[in-house]
Amino acid sequence: MDQLIIAGRTFNSRLMVGTGKFASNQAMVAAMENSGSEIVTVALRRVDIDNPADSLLSHIDRSRYLLLPNTSGARNAEEAVRLARMARAAGCEPWVKLEVTPDPYYLLPDPIETLKAAEILVKEGFIVLPYMPADPVLAKHLEEAGCATVMPLGAPIGTNRGLRTRDLIAIIIEQAKIPVVVDAGLGAPSHAAEAMEMGSDAVLVNTALADTPDPAAMGRAFRKGVEAGREAYLAGLGPQRQKAEASSPLTGFLRNN
Amino acid sequence: MNLQINGQNREYPSPLTIVQLLDQLDLAIERVVVELNREILTADKLADTQLTDGDTLELIQFVGGG
Repeated sequence: MDQLIIAGRTFNSRLMVGTGKFASNQAMVAAMENSGSEIVTVALRRVDIDNPADSLLSHIDRSRYLLLPNTSGARNAEEAVRLARMARAAGCEPWVKLEVTPDPYYLLPDPIETLKAAEILVKEGFIVLPYMPADPVLAKHLEEAGCATVMPLGAPIGTNRGLRTRDLIAIIIEQAKIPVVVDAGLGAPSHAAEAMEMGSDAVLVNTALADTPDPAAMGRAFRKGVEAGREAYLAGLGPQRQKAEASSPLTGFLRNN
Repeated sequence: MNLQINGQNREYPSPLTIVQLLDQLDLAIERVVVELNREILTADKLADTQLTDGDTLELIQFVGGG
């Protein structure tokens, strides 16, 4: 069985899903179930003390999914570390999807603050999965800092535009000794399949599942995309050529020369 | 006494523990993380911690996110 191993822990699924922006908790749960995912991300925010909504966690089966708290909203390392510590205090395992995004327009990760936060959190015993620009040099720095994965972006968060950073992700995959998880921007199962065919170890998807009329069906579709891509990678894609190479025999046709 | 909770100023009679405050706000202990004056409190400390005038609290919970 081809399993994903992160920080010594084994997973059968290579698709992680986010829990944001779903129209209902029922839609979220259906998408999660059909995706086959075993890792789901969550965010931390202030309670609305005048109107406490029902708890997200009551909808997530913790025996089935590893909760991966993110540090979304953090604009610098200090805020990210604070959020990660809060998540651990909430009783989560010390896994954290590190996100530091100071720019509200493109939500691009800050490489310097991300690395700074990663170094602190690793020292504190966290399993750190950093969201990062698709920068091979930064990926090496994060690996050396002790991160459990790197999570380069395919395109800005929520854009559904696919693997715009393909060539850089290829270099990251070639060089990384830790799992490479393509996160952000994957909008279609074909995008996920493409990332997996290239040799990504996993992908993380949220908006594509939440922002569709049928999250349950899209969860299933992404599962198939990820599985197809992984299987193709393991099988080995055939070489690309400039000129045609016939698939049918060139001899024995109905003519004599 | 005045407490600043999630950025809002609120008046409460003292004495008041954090568990009592959460109860008044109708918040189950299991679902919130409490930060008092920038220090995270573990669940076992909530019942014993008395609030005092001017305290700043952050009450945080998990929400959907990617």
